[in-house]
Amino acid sequence: MEFLEPAFMQRALIAALLVGITAPAVGVYLVQRRQALMGDGIGHVAMTGVGLGFLLNSSPVWMATLVAVAGSVAMELIRAYGKTRGDLALALLFYGGMAGGVLLINLSPTGSNANLTSYLFGSLTTVSPEDVTAISVLAAFVVLVTVGLRRRLFAVSQDEEFARVTGLPVRALNLLIAVTAAVTVTVAMRVVGLLLVSALMVVPVAAAQQLTRSFRATFAGAVLIGVVVSLSGTLTTYYVEAPPGATIVLYAIGVFVLLTLLATPLARRRARAAEAEAADPAACDVRVPAGRRPGDDARV
Amino acid sequence: MDREPAATPVISVRGAAAALGARPVLRGVDLTVHRGEVVALLGANGSGKSTAVRSVIGQVPLTGGTIELFGTEQKRFRDWARVGYVPQRTTAASGVPATVREVVTSGRLSRRRFGRLAKADRAAVERAIALVGLADRAGGPVDALSGGQHQRVLIARALASEPELLIMDEPMAGVDLASQEVLASTLREQVAGGATVLLVLHELGPLEPLIDRAVVLRDGCVVHDGPPPEAVGQHALPGHDHVHPHAAGEPLRTGLLS
Repeated sequence: MEFLEPAFMQRALIAALLVGITAPAVGVYLVQRRQALMGDGIGHVAMTGVGLGFLLNSSPVWMATLVAVAGSVAMELIRAYGKTRGDLALALLFYGGMAGGVLLINLSPTGSNANLTSYLFGSLTTVSPEDVTAISVLAAFVVLVTVGLRRRLFAVSQDEEFARVTGLPVRALNLLIAVTAAVTVTVAMRVVGLLLVSALMVVPVAAAQQLTRSFRATFAGAVLIGVVVSLSGTLTTYYVEAPPGATIVLYAIGVFVLLTLLATPLARRRARAAEAEAADPAACDVRVPAGRRPGDDARV
Repeated sequence: MDREPAATPVISVRGAAAALGARPVLRGVDLTVHRGEVVALLGANGSGKSTAVRSVIGQVPLTGGTIELFGTEQKRFRDWARVGYVPQRTTAASGVPATVREVVTSGRLSRRRFGRLAKADRAAVERAIALVGLADRAGGPVDALSGGQHQRVLIARALASEPELLIMDEPMAGVDLASQEVLASTLREQVAGGATVLLVLHELGPLEPLIDRAVVLRDGCVVHDGPPPEAVGQHALPGHDHVHPHAAGEPLRTGLLS
């Protein structure tokens, strides 16, 4: 356990653990809503926050949180109320955020492109004690929301119109998902980097659902995969000179491929079982309801 | 909360007008549904029947007229657990796998706005699943179900809150015969238990014996409100016109391809 010796490594592993938990926990709802790329968009917007943090000489993590939350709320409002082309409005927001970040960081006296790279692709060795505090607080919020409100968030993500008719506060819950996703992006920013955040939200969910049949199992499986890949990716970078974000994401994709290969025989077995059930002669004995009157006078 | 007098209509729509974009879809629709009634909303595609039910549940804003639910103005109505809604869907699945039980549990949230589900809530969910004959599939994934079974899941979800009023938008669309039978008997039990039902139908079909009254819409106006029109079409063969006697002159096209 010599990798636990250096303090920077302890901080890195704590950050990686929290990212591994939170990113898939939010991602599962985004995938359910078919907004798998939302995290990517928020990541771009958060760039402006990082740049602003450097320019104002305040914490880039908190600044990024602020700007990402504002951006995600804007995205959700565009999605909900936008009557024009939503994808174009979102594209404006994405690239505006990215360009703003690059510009601001170059304007600031302390910022440099090297700094920018650490936010874009993640850099575990530079995770500061303050970063760990910020990440822990934010991660606690994400876990509280995604686990505590799971049934409501499931209902809203599953069928928005039905959720409104059951009287759930759909607008507030949608905004909450958007804000939680934004917070998660900034949690994960230091570890996997803004450009790869979305992968850690989506890939573990995609991998888990190769095997699972319920939402509950998908949620748990995705979080488990997220934790395993982010911890093992972080450890890898201790021994090998490699960027943590890219390593973690490639591990996640490796797990996805592995589980997909495993799932093929499993799916075949389930299909055979279903077939055997359908071959049951009792299932073919269907009584046709006598709804129509026999006296037909249809004009054809 | 005060119980409204028994004579208060469950649904009362007066002069409802609604538009989708610039096109008027409802043009002064009156619709009253009394307690215990089963009312079918019929009409061709584009006649406004779906818009009419969606305006009743507040999903389409009115440009004129009023809607009352259980005697309360719809905008102020909050007691949504009393309403079970079955939207027009072909699937109960979403981007992530979910079991039948998980989907149906969503329907119970109107009874339990905050906090955890109690034992009684779980029991209600199991009852709703059993009512539509999917008890043996409750723990199975919805994406393994047939089209008719998806519809049964959506109906179970509406029944999970034990509603007094069921609003269904084309519950028979794309449903196989076995599921049609199950749906008809489920509905029969609900009606026997005192439920009020408003359902949008393309044609009366196997639900015909249950229906007390039919309201026929055409171009956003009510053209018939009374006993269900005699079913005279042969079957729902593709391209086959059902000619309803109330629509003298131009036949009301309700065939699958019309």
